[in-house]
Amino acid sequence: MKIALFATCIVDAMYPATAKATVAILERLGHEVVFPGGQACCGQMHVNSGYFKEAVPVIANHVAAFESDDYDVAVAPSGSCVASVKHQHPMIARSCGDRALEKRAAAVGAKTYELSELLVDVLGITDAGSQLGSWFPHRVTYHPSCHGMRLLRLGDRQQRLLNTVRGIDLIPLPEPDQCCGFGGTFSMKNADVSSAMLEDKAANITATGASLCSGGDASCLMHIGGGLSRQGSSIRTLHFAEILASTEQHPAQIAGEVQLLSGKAAQ
Amino acid sequence: MSARDEILGRVRAALKDSPQVPQVPRGYRATSGLDEKALIELLVDRLVDYKAQVAVVDAAEVPTRIAALLVGAQSYVVPAGLDSGWLAGVEYEPADGRRHLDSAATPLTVAELDGIDAVVTGSAVAVAETGTIILDGSPSQGRRAISLVPDHHICVVKATDIAGILPEALRRIDGTRPLTMISGPSATSDIELERVEGVHGPRKLDVIIAR
Amino acid sequence: MSQTFLGMPLLPVFGTGNLHASESFPKAAHRELGNAQLRANLGHATHTIRDKRLQVVSELPDWEQLRDAGSAIKESVMARLPELLEQFEKNFTARGGVIHWARDADEANEIVAGLIRETGETEAVKVKSMATQEIGLNEYLEEQGITALETDLAELIVQLDHDKPSHILVPAIHKNRSQVRDIFLREMPGADPALTDDPAKLAAAARTHLRRKFLTAKVAVSGANFALADSGTLAVVESEGNGRMCLTLPESLITVMGIEKLLPTWQDLEVFMQLLPRSSTGERMNPYTSLWTGVTEGDGPQNMHLVLLDNGRSAALADEMGRSALHCIRCSACMNVCPVYERTGGHAYGSTYPGPIGAILSPLMTGIQAEENNSLPYASSLCGACYDACPVKINIPDILVHLRGVDVDSKRGKKKIPTQMDAGMKAASWALSSGKRLGLLEKGLPLGRLAAGPDKKITKLPGIAAGWTQSRDIPAPPPQSFRTWWAKEHRGPDADGGPMPSHNKGDQP
Repeated sequence: MKIALFATCIVDAMYPATAKATVAILERLGHEVVFPGGQACCGQMHVNSGYFKEAVPVIANHVAAFESDDYDVAVAPSGSCVASVKHQHPMIARSCGDRALEKRAAAVGAKTYELSELLVDVLGITDAGSQLGSWFPHRVTYHPSCHGMRLLRLGDRQQRLLNTVRGIDLIPLPEPDQCCGFGGTFSMKNADVSSAMLEDKAANITATGASLCSGGDASCLMHIGGGLSRQGSSIRTLHFAEILASTEQHPAQIAGEVQLLSGKAAQ
Repeated sequence: MSARDEILGRVRAALKDSPQVPQVPRGYRATSGLDEKALIELLVDRLVDYKAQVAVVDAAEVPTRIAALLVGAQSYVVPAGLDSGWLAGVEYEPADGRRHLDSAATPLTVAELDGIDAVVTGSAVAVAETGTIILDGSPSQGRRAISLVPDHHICVVKATDIAGILPEALRRIDGTRPLTMISGPSATSDIELERVEGVHGPRKLDVIIAR
Repeated sequence: MSQTFLGMPLLPVFGTGNLHASESFPKAAHRELGNAQLRANLGHATHTIRDKRLQVVSELPDWEQLRDAGSAIKESVMARLPELLEQFEKNFTARGGVIHWARDADEANEIVAGLIRETGETEAVKVKSMATQEIGLNEYLEEQGITALETDLAELIVQLDHDKPSHILVPAIHKNRSQVRDIFLREMPGADPALTDDPAKLAAAARTHLRRKFLTAKVAVSGANFALADSGTLAVVESEGNGRMCLTLPESLITVMGIEKLLPTWQDLEVFMQLLPRSSTGERMNPYTSLWTGVTEGDGPQNMHLVLLDNGRSAALADEMGRSALHCIRCSACMNVCPVYERTGGHAYGSTYPGPIGAILSPLMTGIQAEENNSLPYASSLCGACYDACPVKINIPDILVHLRGVDVDSKRGKKKIPTQMDAGMKAASWALSSGKRLGLLEKGLPLGRLAAGPDKKITKLPGIAAGWTQSRDIPAPPPQSFRTWWAKEHRGPDADGGPMPSHNKGDQP
């Protein structure tokens, strides 16, 4: 299968390891990955902040970058960005009166998948350990991000994949369905409420005793990780793609001092 | 321009895009498919959950049951149209003033009702799934005030009047009658969202299910 | 159509009364967040009700079908509103009721005061009603020398404490049991000094306090949960029996209801009476629901009035994207699951309608530019919990985003100097609408890395971004973007991520 990678702007610029891991997983399964060079961003920051007019060129750019027939499906390691591509792009195009863009955006959205959705529903991955060789001997907890959970209805796909990684100790997170408080510009416009939400999320993560918190959205993980870092916590955040890509030969690179389950430091 | 015409005008203007009237999908359950035994069991379970007291008896035992429940009551009121057989077990001495009859034609005052301990009524229909009893003001149930002011409500539900779910029940009654849907004794969740039973309505609800 | 649009005021005509935030949400939230007791009370109450709701909702195999039906019924009510209002009016009137129409809060208040005055009374008992909160009826009546006595336990607590409601179902949700006891001891004449904070004892104290009032009241004021167009029937859904007392015992009943509360037919009630109790108090059914159709001789109030209130509802209806906010049946499920409401409480929203539904309903009814209401649509992380909980499937997150767009557009061209947000969004639009431009900017990542310093984190940013760094670090950017890596270093399968580890091949369990 020929798969077009939508890296998303935050992963492209801040978390390239997540995109590299996505590529590694898909290539390991024998698929061809392409990276449409015109891509930039899904535009949800603009849309969610009410700047629809400014969002239109961003959306139009994404649609132009991904409307080629030269690939079978597109994939992004982000529930939030895929939800934006699928739901917001046609909606904003329509509200700005561009029916042609609305149609093109809907066509792109129809062939765009979130990574776990692609792995489970299309590529039939049920056991990451045996089918992907995933190995990750760490104590991990997992936060399901809101947009993946509620807009894409990803259910427990990401968690199921993580559960089948060899060596992992996946600890359930209390109140997993509670938002971490990121919400894009919400974290700045309503910084106090956002911080209060983050505080509770961080406390729940800390209570698990895990050394890492995984998830499916780099933006939420940056938020959670930024909060944990500010608190002086040693708990790191890591996208689930990087855990799936991690093998004994090529273990995931984790910043900071993270204890292996065997007691050795990972780095 | 009258307020009426102005508001209707505003509403019409607000709908200038002529939104479509959607078809209402009614894919929800219309019946429960439960038999009488299951209906009774379910209704009992739900009523008990609300902290109502329930007895399931044969129709012939209703008078004895009512008499037993009224033992502690100094006075009680019944709607004039109540099945008089139901009261056959209660010792009746017209001169003692214990029994009060009420009807729209000869209503008791609110103050009189306030001095009465208990009320016995029938019911129009019950909903097993939600533990709800519906009174519709027909002669066996009387005016709404009589089942409200006394602190103890004894209510007879005929097994044949139990519907499984709400849609079945509402289909059996006339919506334009004065209706009261009762699900357990009065209750509140206003303090810390925890339910406590017993506020302004009858604090004690006894349901007699008559087979 | 008999009416003509000639002489009609230009739409929309916005609502007045208690629908406004008088300070911006972030400012109010900042203050409320500082109240640890409030946060503990709200956390406890919202978590209790969430679990109860999930439990009773999961019992119904057809919950989603009920939501679909509820949503479609409400959508059809909005599309047919003029016709349904006229049908309801005809039926209610035919059964001996009197209809009054109120364009706004002031007009509704005057009508109610006038009707009470006609009875010769100076006191009225009240059933909890959002519409009368919205128009500020109690305060108005007080100015007119009329005492309106709240009889719902939570409303009574709030009224005795001279406080404001903070929740639409449980207006005293911000108070815990011991605070309620203290209020009763302080404000309730004749309260037993030995009163404990046991909720059952507190409820019993309220019963004693209100009993005499119920039995002697001549006038009651209520709201209504539903009104059936095909019969003229009104419904009040309650728990304590205070509703039945008010709706049954007095001689006169004055009901105030928003024009959007209609349901077309009796059959529709079977949908809403399954959706509402489970969504609001998390019960299979609320203890009492009263339904009445005009006047019944010898049973209940013989003078029956209904005030039909617009007060900005027609303005909300005029917003095609936002009109479904009027589907709201005031169950409060959205605020009970909202992570923002859980932490700030209802007072932070200013308006009578707090929480997610309030954040859309208030600005839709008042217009986005009214006082500080333009801050309300931003009071959400767009997590979507409200949409999932809404029994009539109001897509609150989408309407929040829509209203943010209305807010931004309403300010375009009006400011001499663009805000930081405006400027940032404009620049970001330019940068993010081209892979080339983003790629060029990403060449600057090493600079950010430099700025992060040896700790590899950024801990302080200026301007609006300071909100982020008040509680979070930003990691040092990577030395190169994915885009650059892909162009320079990606070599295809079996090179970058490593091939499928050989010992695992065919290792299916």
